[in-house]
Amino acid sequence: MITGNIIKIAGPVIVGDGMKGTQMYEMVKVGNDNLIGEIIELEGDTATIQVYEETAGMKPGEPIESTGGPLSVELGPGIIGSIFDGIQRPLEKIKFLTGDYLQRGVSVPSLDKEKKWTFNPILTTGTEVMGGDIVGEVQETSAILQKIMIPPNVNGKLISIAPKGQYTVEEEVAEVETVNGIIKIPMMQKWPVRVGRPYKEKLDPDIPLVTGQRAQDTFFPVAKGGTSAMPGPFGSGKTVTQQQLAKWADADIIVYVGCGERGNEMTEVLKEFPELEDPKSGKPLMDRTVLIANTSNMPVAAREACVYTGITIAEYFRDMGYDVALMADSTSRWAEAMREISGRLEEMPGEEGYPAYLASRLAQFYERAGRITTVGTEDKTSSVTVVGAVSPPGGDLSEPVTQNTLRISKVFWALDSSLADKRHFPAIDWLQSYSLYVDSVEDWWNSHTGADWRETRDEAMALLQKESELQEIVQLVGPDALPDRERITLETTRMIREDFLQQNAYHEVDTYCPPIKQYQMLKTIMAYHVNAEAALDRGAASADIISIPVKDDIGRMKYLPESEFDVKVKEIQEAIVKQCSEV
Amino acid sequence: MKIDIKTREYTTVSEVSGPLMIVEGVEGVAYNEIVEIETPSGDSRRGQVLEVRGDLAVVQVFEGTSDLNTSTTKVRFTGGTAKLGVAPDMLGRVFNGTGQPIDGGPEIIPDKELDISGNPMNPSAREFPAEFIETGISTIDGMNTLVRGQKLPIFTGSGLPHNELAAQIARQAKVIGEETEFAVVFAAMGITHEEANYFMKDFERTGALERVTVFMNLADDPAIERIITPKMALTTAEYFAFELNMHVLVILTDLTNYCEALREISAARDEVPGRRGYPGYMYTDLATMYERAGRIIGKEGSITQMPILVMPQDDITHPIPDLTGYITEGQIVLSRDLNRKGIYPPVDVLPSLSRLMSGGIGEGQTREDHSGVSDQLYSAYAEGRDLRDLMAVVGEEALTERDRKFLNFADEFEKRFITQTGDEDRSIEETLNLGWELLSILPEVELKRVRAEHIPKYHPAYK
Repeated sequence: MITGNIIKIAGPVIVGDGMKGTQMYEMVKVGNDNLIGEIIELEGDTATIQVYEETAGMKPGEPIESTGGPLSVELGPGIIGSIFDGIQRPLEKIKFLTGDYLQRGVSVPSLDKEKKWTFNPILTTGTEVMGGDIVGEVQETSAILQKIMIPPNVNGKLISIAPKGQYTVEEEVAEVETVNGIIKIPMMQKWPVRVGRPYKEKLDPDIPLVTGQRAQDTFFPVAKGGTSAMPGPFGSGKTVTQQQLAKWADADIIVYVGCGERGNEMTEVLKEFPELEDPKSGKPLMDRTVLIANTSNMPVAAREACVYTGITIAEYFRDMGYDVALMADSTSRWAEAMREISGRLEEMPGEEGYPAYLASRLAQFYERAGRITTVGTEDKTSSVTVVGAVSPPGGDLSEPVTQNTLRISKVFWALDSSLADKRHFPAIDWLQSYSLYVDSVEDWWNSHTGADWRETRDEAMALLQKESELQEIVQLVGPDALPDRERITLETTRMIREDFLQQNAYHEVDTYCPPIKQYQMLKTIMAYHVNAEAALDRGAASADIISIPVKDDIGRMKYLPESEFDVKVKEIQEAIVKQCSEV
Repeated sequence: MKIDIKTREYTTVSEVSGPLMIVEGVEGVAYNEIVEIETPSGDSRRGQVLEVRGDLAVVQVFEGTSDLNTSTTKVRFTGGTAKLGVAPDMLGRVFNGTGQPIDGGPEIIPDKELDISGNPMNPSAREFPAEFIETGISTIDGMNTLVRGQKLPIFTGSGLPHNELAAQIARQAKVIGEETEFAVVFAAMGITHEEANYFMKDFERTGALERVTVFMNLADDPAIERIITPKMALTTAEYFAFELNMHVLVILTDLTNYCEALREISAARDEVPGRRGYPGYMYTDLATMYERAGRIIGKEGSITQMPILVMPQDDITHPIPDLTGYITEGQIVLSRDLNRKGIYPPVDVLPSLSRLMSGGIGEGQTREDHSGVSDQLYSAYAEGRDLRDLMAVVGEEALTERDRKFLNFADEFEKRFITQTGDEDRSIEETLNLGWELLSILPEVELKRVRAEHIPKYHPAYK
């Protein structure tokens, strides 16, 4: 262990000397209060350290102790349903120790070391095992069966395995004889946050992550193992959209990283999620959720670390064979934390004061997403999907964080403040947004909803594009000057916008829209379009077609509960044909 | 050189520049420690350590650095971070920006000494704010509902009646069915004597003064002092709310002056600037203030924050309103256009927002139809406003009958819903009923945002 001394303190960055022998990104304990820090620069005998806690009151001359290892997270039973800070300290436990306010220098283990979990062995002694193999299981929550794995890079023969029974996370449950000797395996693993966990192979993401949100699923789908960026100015509904995804996405595990955002948003998740049910399993949503909270008023260096903590936890569950979705709200705050630390290091700034390595850090982070084959004897397919919110200053999408994110992410949900002002939610701008996964998820949708899913979607999209052109004309000459056919088009696109794209997150039915309902709703609207045009060809007046009574039912289609939907939507489709033929 | 090691008093100031002072040869100085400075003429000032580098300390001086010198200025390091002595009898008192009483009353005998930077609230200790505050202002109650423990700033421009609106809210804010009135903590940062007087007179006139604590840093007070004024105010508010179980409304005005002071210090330290010269850490700095609003599980009291922020050139994308909007739970935006039309309060509802609204409205809090009415008013007014632009180009005749109804709605909405007088205290019932009355201008099929079952119940046509 190396012990040095503080020689300079400036906010979250301190410099120590006598640090020769320490490594980059090594975790250190700083000062008399033993604050946690990480080495981010070494020069001769001095080390620059970012400190994850408030440094007020610290003095030069106080000691710095190395710990010999990088910043790591503890992985094992006890993660699900918890709320951690940016360096994986359990906030509930801290509350018992220091009260309602966070105080520094608190040392709490990430996972409960006392709690006993029921371990169920799967493998038997004598089996040849390798890293990633599942030796046993623990029912962690009602929804999640945690798999106890051989840590990556351990290969050999299983020489003992614990019988079914109660164990703490540190107690040994298996022993593996390797070429380097016998390794004892507890249920808990440690893993450095800045290093991605290994996998065998990356696969093409071709299964959609169904989110129950019409604008995303139908028009701009994200695939399991894909990446999506969601930039938007404040008030455009980033957080609500993120929370909707965290609630309804059909992933097995959700890791929700609140990075430099509001404290009350985390509270909202903590309050709501235990009460909501996962539409797939019927279990409380909290039983599949992990929260990482580094709110905007918590120390800035820990904000830099929190996304890494989150993605490492996500990868751990991925390795068990689960589909994991990680929501990071907001990656801009993470980038700003990098900028702040970089500024204190007096590094030469790149664009807008951000460090020159911004782009590579963002790319490294998003690249940890993916659909993969896990390591281990048996191939398991699993995924980590990353959805990153971006908060561009002034809503200006040309700023460095947005631009560098768009270069990597495959889906772009552009949130627009003028839509939000009209309370068009989710405020996803359908003309600016895109998804590069439409082609790869097409087969899934065609086989799970209807063979003409892709066709219907593309036709609707083309109409929306056409609408924007027509709107320009309307702005010049007024709606009256448009020919009948164009008026019908505008009426259809109004329906697509209001009755399909708009979705009410606070309505008990509309908050989640299953794929088949999405498909049928869009089909119905497109059926109106086709029938209306046909009526027009027969010589009906556009004003009459526009005012057929079934339009009301189309508008309320989204509120129909699943149980009645099939019957009602048939009736609506029949009424469209009938009423259009009668005008 | 060193005079006395025990009290740690030094005369080794080596550099004075802008609001900063560098002291050499110091020992055992802590980061963020408070220093007391004695000027050559014997005045005393206070400052704070911003950086320690070996035996060198960078100190920011709150009351300005004029007439400090590098030979006889005495600097004493106090060994502690900035603290404020708090006591229940701070209510009804007026302090300057550094927490000294300026109303001629007695010194405060502290009940507790609290660190003014505070500590971040543990997210898992927070209670989600969900109690409706009735401000009596339709645009706020009906469409941007404020709840207890929320931080909701007013984004405004110079010359707009934000002070009147803030004072009206402070006067009228109440929770339905509760007798307790809000305690108000008012922090002025760099506002003029005139503006300060307006608030003081209003508090006096309405007899509110006894439940108000005022911290005042005026335009001619040292700018750097502004850095600590809001922290003093929020420390006091935390004490009132979570130790004395009060519901506290904190009004901070004007945040723009605070941020300017922040920029001044950053520039003096040669830091790499972020947007428009404001420091890169401004988001974090503002967050440590705004996030001190809220509720705590198991505690009676609450802190509701209403910062006032004058947007330079009415530009909502300027870094100050922009970063604020990303932290606060919504914003009330005042509009110069509405003000020109003579509409008070000139709240532009379209860019305004309350993020905590959904938890504080509906059955049991306000009325079951609240969210539907609010959404419907929003989208109808937005459509009406779009049509106004269109009409300017193509003329009213080119519009359809339906469009004309929306235009009419937008006009009536501004005239009757937004407009109210400075002492008009509308109940939420009145606000919602007024909303329905205006919505009845539109064809009923257009009312898609309200629940179908609420139409026969509340629509004037069915009464």
